[in-house]
Amino acid sequence: MFLDLFYALRARGVPVTPTEWLTLMQALAQGLAFSDMVRLYHLARAICVKSEHQYDAYDQAWLEVFRGIEAPAQVRDDVLEWLKNPVLPMELSERELAMLEAMDLDTLREELEKRLAEQAERHDGGNRWIGTGGTSPFGHGGLRPGGVRIGGPGGGGMAAQIAAKRRFEAYRTDRVLDTRQIGVALRKLRRFAREGARLEVDIEGTIHATARNAGEITVVERPERKSHLQVLLLMDSGGSMTPYSHLVSRLFSAASRASHFERLVACYFHNCVYEHVYRDLSRWEAWPVEDLVNTLDRGVKLILVGDACMAPSELTARWGAIDWGHQNDMAGIDWLRRLAEHFERAVWLNPMRLPLWSHPTVQRISDIYPMFELTIDGIEQAMKHLSGRRVEPPEPPQGPVRGGGLRHPSAW
Amino acid sequence: MSDPFHLFTGTPDYIASPALCDGVNVAVALGRPLLVKGEPGTGKTLLAHAVARGLGMPLIRWHIKSTTKAVDGLYVYDAISRLHDSRFGDRDVRDIGQYISIGPLGQALTMDERVVLLIDEVDKADLEFPNDLLRELDEMAFHIPETGQTHTARQRPVVIITSNDEKELPAAFLRRCIFHFIAFPEVELMDRIVKVHHPDLPASLARQCIARFYQLRQVASLRKPPSTSELIDWIGALVAGGVPEATLRAELPFLGTLVKHEEDLGRVQRAAARWKN
Repeated sequence: MFLDLFYALRARGVPVTPTEWLTLMQALAQGLAFSDMVRLYHLARAICVKSEHQYDAYDQAWLEVFRGIEAPAQVRDDVLEWLKNPVLPMELSERELAMLEAMDLDTLREELEKRLAEQAERHDGGNRWIGTGGTSPFGHGGLRPGGVRIGGPGGGGMAAQIAAKRRFEAYRTDRVLDTRQIGVALRKLRRFAREGARLEVDIEGTIHATARNAGEITVVERPERKSHLQVLLLMDSGGSMTPYSHLVSRLFSAASRASHFERLVACYFHNCVYEHVYRDLSRWEAWPVEDLVNTLDRGVKLILVGDACMAPSELTARWGAIDWGHQNDMAGIDWLRRLAEHFERAVWLNPMRLPLWSHPTVQRISDIYPMFELTIDGIEQAMKHLSGRRVEPPEPPQGPVRGGGLRHPSAW
Repeated sequence: MSDPFHLFTGTPDYIASPALCDGVNVAVALGRPLLVKGEPGTGKTLLAHAVARGLGMPLIRWHIKSTTKAVDGLYVYDAISRLHDSRFGDRDVRDIGQYISIGPLGQALTMDERVVLLIDEVDKADLEFPNDLLRELDEMAFHIPETGQTHTARQRPVVIITSNDEKELPAAFLRRCIFHFIAFPEVELMDRIVKVHHPDLPASLARQCIARFYQLRQVASLRKPPSTSELIDWIGALVAGGVPEATLRAELPFLGTLVKHEEDLGRVQRAAARWKN
């Protein structure tokens, strides 16, 4: 019964299993739906869907199966998904912002859905679905052979549109990057940390064995459960990182609250690591990298956070450091290598989006450190790498990107 | 078909949406655990209390901490006092049963009557914790190796599990659960909830409070948007402080009961300045 719903759910990526389906059948056999569509809707949702993120997919599957309404094209999902997480372009004025807040999202959605439906009919085979007349505060979207494009008001050239497309795609998997989600991602590291083979005395087992052995002490050992995870977090505090500071501070607060790190050492550097890192953001309290390498064990997990964008000379030349009066007699890239050689496991998290990684210094650095995007997915991949599993870091694009290397992270 | 007299429909002081009631009733009828998620302050934990009251069953609570292990919920074996007794001979150490104390889950499985078991904040515990519970929740039985006894529930308890989504729960665990996400209440539902908690509040003031509250939740990118429980507290503070309706229209008194982050406070104040204009 209702097998169509089962397959419609699976087609939309809701992982319903036959077990759950049989449970639903059992519930129906018990008459729990009371022959009522609304009840059936609730019943099937409670049994088949296990995350609120999939409620929307469920609604669509339901519509398709029970109302005979053909679900609109993928673009509608994409637009709705995107609307759930509106990305405010930075150039919005105060007045426009006020308009945005005053507008009810549901109304907007309805309007958009309506317009989508209308325009699909009228512009059969046309190349634009949603108008760009400036009436929609969320700007314009279009369907082109190249893919879905949705950008902010003002349009912009090709590069901006491509960037907007990237931003939007990533949004689907990342949703809101809040501290808790980062925390959840960081916890992926714990699994490994608990696999340590050290032994501790099993007190209960010892007592049990001792009691059975007429009071003669018999020691029983077992693997320890404690986490021995130590993490060194090095964060770029250079000027080009300013747009990402909010994001990095979220990562930092998630990391410092992560209770499963036995020790978290957080330091800053400016554009590139030279002979010192700094214990404070204002870069007063210097800590020689040589000391750092001597004090921290090889097993410490190293996480570098930075955009890895700098003048090539800052990375590869002696005396190349950007700071006035800072004279490094070993090139930045050698210091980075020094760290990479010392620590068994290291990753670089880059807040810039992958398409922008074509900057030459990014390429050089990603040769030394496996580089991941600073997104939930990226952090998860990085944690997998840190815990010793085989992970392929994303491949940076070759060649320069049109429209420059920096993109404002308002997309976060 | 289950007895229609034993259906959960909410209680006088807990207003549940029809979807939530259906979720509870399915879980009760099928004997499956009900997993409840939702924003903090939407009444996940209170649901268990309400279900216990609504169905007239005793409630057993098991609050999960980061150090909680699955076996703690079943029983705790006090090996230390047994060792102690073995040396000083106070009790007969061969009787292991006297050193076993039954935990909350164990209690729920050994009671004669049907009970409601609340497993609160299951995501606080170790990642493997839910997996360790699978067998017990499936079979509603557990075994104590120390004594060699197996306890099987005479009546499958109604298990309500809450999660704040701090950790993803394993798929095998989810498969066995009935899931309900407590969505944030719509204005009408909120109106009823407020009435239940502040029955003497004039309707116009209540409407004003709720309108201000939803306006506040609309403020973009709050780190922690205020929730139902905070609204209830806020109205309590307004009533205690005797704030008249006119003041409420012009400003937001006792903002500290609603907004808990310093950054949010700044955002709200900026937004409030815009509303005035």
